[in-house]
Formats: sequence, structure tokens, C-alpha cells
Amino acid sequence: MSKQDTGARDIRFIIRRFNPETDEAPHNKEYTVRVEPGMTVLEGLHQIKGEQDATLVWRFSCRMGVCGSCGMLVNGKPMLACNSQILHLTNSVLTIGPLPNFKILRDLVPDLMPMLKNHIAGKPHIVREDFDPALTPTDEYYQTPEELVRFLQFSYCIKCGCCMAACPTMALDLDYKGPMPLAQYHRYNADTRDGGFEERAKLAGGTGGVVRCHYAGECSNVCPKGVDPARAIQLMKRQLVAGYLGLAKQQEPCGTIGPDPNARHREGVPPPPPFTIDRK
Amino acid sequence: MADPKKYDNRLGLKGWWGGGRWGFERYAYTLHRLTGLGLITYFVMHILVTSSRAFGADAWAEWMGNVAGPIFHVGEFLVVLSFIYHACNGIRLILVEFGFVVGKAEEPIYPYKTSLNKQRPLLIVMMILAALFVVAMGYDYWMLH
Repeated sequence: MSKQDTGARDIRFIIRRFNPETDEAPHNKEYTVRVEPGMTVLEGLHQIKGEQDATLVWRFSCRMGVCGSCGMLVNGKPMLACNSQILHLTNSVLTIGPLPNFKILRDLVPDLMPMLKNHIAGKPHIVREDFDPALTPTDEYYQTPEELVRFLQFSYCIKCGCCMAACPTMALDLDYKGPMPLAQYHRYNADTRDGGFEERAKLAGGTGGVVRCHYAGECSNVCPKGVDPARAIQLMKRQLVAGYLGLAKQQEPCGTIGPDPNARHREGVPPPPPFTIDRK
Repeated sequence: MADPKKYDNRLGLKGWWGGGRWGFERYAYTLHRLTGLGLITYFVMHILVTSSRAFGADAWAEWMGNVAGPIFHVGEFLVVLSFIYHACNGIRLILVEFGFVVGKAEEPIYPYKTSLNKQRPLLIVMMILAALFVVAMGYDYWMLH
């Protein structure tokens, strides 16, 4: 039987390491891994941890590009380790580092809290004046498919932080909130169910808001989910300017359908479990 | 519990240049900032030099003599180049930042097309326009004067 080329090859991994207990600054450490076709960067890291260096630390969870935990700088570009096949990136050397523009907690683990705090400040949920959606979660809203498309793209964000690491404004501007939180402000502002525009406009239009973005576009280039934060930020700028000039269309948040008066509980079907939150 | 020690991994000015294989818009962004800084520097120098006229004709002649060398002649042409690029790219940025050429939100389907694809024709047109202005101004500046 003749030997077949399986496509497997040795790849040199150069990994940025930082241990806050012993190191003053990050340093590089090299490993060699036998890589099979189809093997992802995440699998390569697992192989190193399992066979060569158990002290290597990174963050991961779902292994399928959904959770956004394994964002890292691979060959100079922010990407998800689970989503990136090694042999698509290189035939010889792979450099891996933590996402830039965040503080490093350890090895490949960035501190995402500053980003998430700005995200939370923008109330990333439906805000209503007439009722609290958290207390009436079963009501359906009147929303057309066209209205859904206005924000659906931005709702795919998995908060991996790749956009923040790629943004050149983030690299120098300590006040800038960054593409991820700002894109999520627009995700809810563009939602016809939401009435929280005024609150978010103060954040988005204030210090470190959308005016600091000058469309380098890298956030959209590197987003592993096609969210296009650059588009969201520019659309929000237009919305904000129109609001300041009094040109914005005044529109109330869409209504809810409410409970069906004809709905009856069918016999033999067990009752639903009690609500887990206080419905006053 | 005390806050754990963290290493600040912010890229600083290096972040303007990226990893060497980034999108064209990043370099347009960086060049826009650099030309903006150049134009501000020129503006300050221009105000200082022309304000010398307030101190009499001799002071004016002396200052104008100081800035008449070949370095300043080339420098002035760089100002022209900066102005052309900054103006052409600035028009693109005004249109982009008011959300006119970035397209509407759409369902992301892999391979993803983003707002960058939507505005790129405008970028190309503005860069061709800038190149034409540079050639015209270069001819005027170096050949006719």
C-alpha cells in the first residue's frame, strides 16, 4: 500500500504568555503541533495543553462560534479560535496572542468587563414606559418582518470583543466606548418594540460615543457573525443628528397583542408552572 | 478581594496601522488623521508667519525670506497633497457618517457582505478624483511656476 499524503504537517505555535503572579510583561513561548486538515486553532491549543504545557490558559465554551468566548489575535488578526482552521491560516507558523485593547488577565484571557459595563449601561433590553416587559413576558408585539430586519443583523452579536480589538480608535482613545456597545445601542434603538432611545442617545451622543468613530471599518471586517458594527454606528449617527435637528419621525413603540380572549384551557393539559418572577 | 494584576494591552498609535493586511479603509482612516495633523501644523505656521506683517514691512520681508527655501517649497506642495486627500476623503466620510452610503441593515449570509462593500465604489471614485487633482496641481505647481 502506497503512503498517502494526509495533508498533516508540523506547525510552530508562537503563543503570547502572561502570568500576573510571576511576569512583569508578556513573553512568547513556542510549541510544535502536528496539525491535521480541518483542525481549528482551539483544537491546537487543547493539544498543547493536553500534551505539552498544562499551564496554558485561554477562555472557551461552545466550540462552534456561538458563545464568543475564544476571541484571540491569530496571525495578527482578531478571530474566534473555534471558527478558524489552522491550515487555512498558515503552512508553517501561527502566532497567537490575547485580544489587544483589553487588559490581559492571564495568557490569552482578556478582561472584557470594561466593554460589558458599557454594554449594560445602554440597557440592552426592551425598554417601555407603558409596562415592564420583564413582568409581562408572554405578550406578543405587533412587528412586521421589515421592522425585524432593521435590527436583526445587529442582534447576532456574541460579545466576543474582536471588533474592539481591531478598532484603531479603541487603540488610542481611552474614552471611546467601542463598536460592540455602540452597535448594541443601535440594535435596541432600531427595534420598534423599544422606547429607550432618549436614554441611549445620552450615552451614544456623549463623551466616547459615536462621534469618535471615523469609519476605519475594521470592526465589520473581523466580526465573525457578520454583525457589521460600523454600519450600526453610522445609522445611529444619522438617527441622533435627525433627533437633535428635530427631523426624526416621532413614533411610539409598537403595541402588544395581549392575551387571546377566546383562549381556553384544554382539559387534560397540565397547567403551566408558576411565574418565576413577581407579577404585581 | 484585591483587584488582580493585569497587563494593559492597548495598542496605542501602533493600532492605527494594524497587522499589515487589513482593509483599505483603515489606511484611509490613518492617512486622514495624519493629513489632518499636517494641515493643522501648516495652519499654525501660516498664522505665525502672516502675523509678522503687524510688526512692519521689514519683519514681513524677513519672515517671508525665512520660509522661501526649497524645503518649504516642497512642504507647501505636501500641504496641497494633504488638502486634496483630506477634502476628497472627507466628503466620503461625511456621506458615510450620515449613513447615506452604508446601506440598510440586512440578514448576514456567509460570506458576509458589510457596509464596507456598499461604500467602496464611493471610496474608489473619491481616490481617483484625488489623484486627478494631484496631477493637475502638481503640473501647475512644478511646471508653470
